[in-house]
Amino acid sequence: MAVDPIVYWVTVPILGLGTFLLRFSFLGLLGNRPLPAAMRRALRYTAVGILPGLIAPAVLWPPATGGETDPARLAAACVTLLVGVFARSVIGAILAGGVTLYICLWLF
Amino acid sequence: MMTPRRSALLRGCLASAPFVIVVVPFAVLFGVVATEAGLDLLQVLLFSVSVFAGASQFAALQLMQDQAPVVIILATSLAVNLRMLMYSVAMAPHLGQAPLGTRALMAYFLVDQSFAASQVEFEARPELPLAEKVAFFFGTVIPIAPLWFVSTMVGAMLGQAIPPDYAIDFAVPITFLAITAPMLRSIPHIVAAGVSIVVTLLLAGLPYGTGLLVAAVVAMGSGAMAEVLLERRRNHGR
Repeated sequence: MAVDPIVYWVTVPILGLGTFLLRFSFLGLLGNRPLPAAMRRALRYTAVGILPGLIAPAVLWPPATGGETDPARLAAACVTLLVGVFARSVIGAILAGGVTLYICLWLF
Repeated sequence: MMTPRRSALLRGCLASAPFVIVVVPFAVLFGVVATEAGLDLLQVLLFSVSVFAGASQFAALQLMQDQAPVVIILATSLAVNLRMLMYSVAMAPHLGQAPLGTRALMAYFLVDQSFAASQVEFEARPELPLAEKVAFFFGTVIPIAPLWFVSTMVGAMLGQAIPPDYAIDFAVPITFLAITAPMLRSIPHIVAAGVSIVVTLLLAGLPYGTGLLVAAVVAMGSGAMAEVLLERRRNHGR
């Protein structure tokens, strides 16, 4: 679905400022002090705790097919994951997933 | 003979140059996907210039398309960027004595690539004078930042040329899978990713994006807990 311009103009400046403040925090203001160990530990898992959940529904129930599970998209997701885990290459995984998706869409 | 500062700048450039291979396609893809989502060239460019953090830009874009409330979009995307807090902590001992303006500028440019390259250098040569550390840091930015902006624009222009029915909807899931897969390098990381998926799917009935936010918190906690448990077991076995 298309992005609502009002949502865009509200979100992007705040997100930009917030991201800057995260980067500026210790370097700019708080200075040279360590984070509590528990916080450091939780922060290690931010990306890995959010990104898979963000896309899981789109992999299983793609909006493009009206929420119907799609073998082509599912296969592409599996190939991307496998190549990413074993080859440790982000670009390699994206290419492999993309190629799989288009081959499957063309086959079925 | 090169001045030490100039040579540090050059070393920084060289250290982050390999990241260009990742930055360019990632930025192009963002440009394409954002244009397909209905943003115009200016909006796409402003997105990349103001946020300047790929994964959170994709996350925000996805949630905007899902018509999630602004508060949820912001909370989720900022959570994706929480790792920057760690970068800031790690850079403070090395760059914290620079003037405030310089620190602010460095903070803006503190991205995955400049952090990774600088961290390696500063750990290997902690005795480097401040001026050279600052020069090195800005050196790492030179190959990355301009290309990030230019490639975003190239992607946006490409996106206007690609017809919308090319299954581009699936570019974001594939990209996120590709970013996450190499991170699954330890059991706690795998636990966090698994919990994130299961909880999000279980809470899929909750209103827009709130399930994801709950899943993120539970997943982060599970990862941290798995780490503690594993460590305890390892110490026990000794």
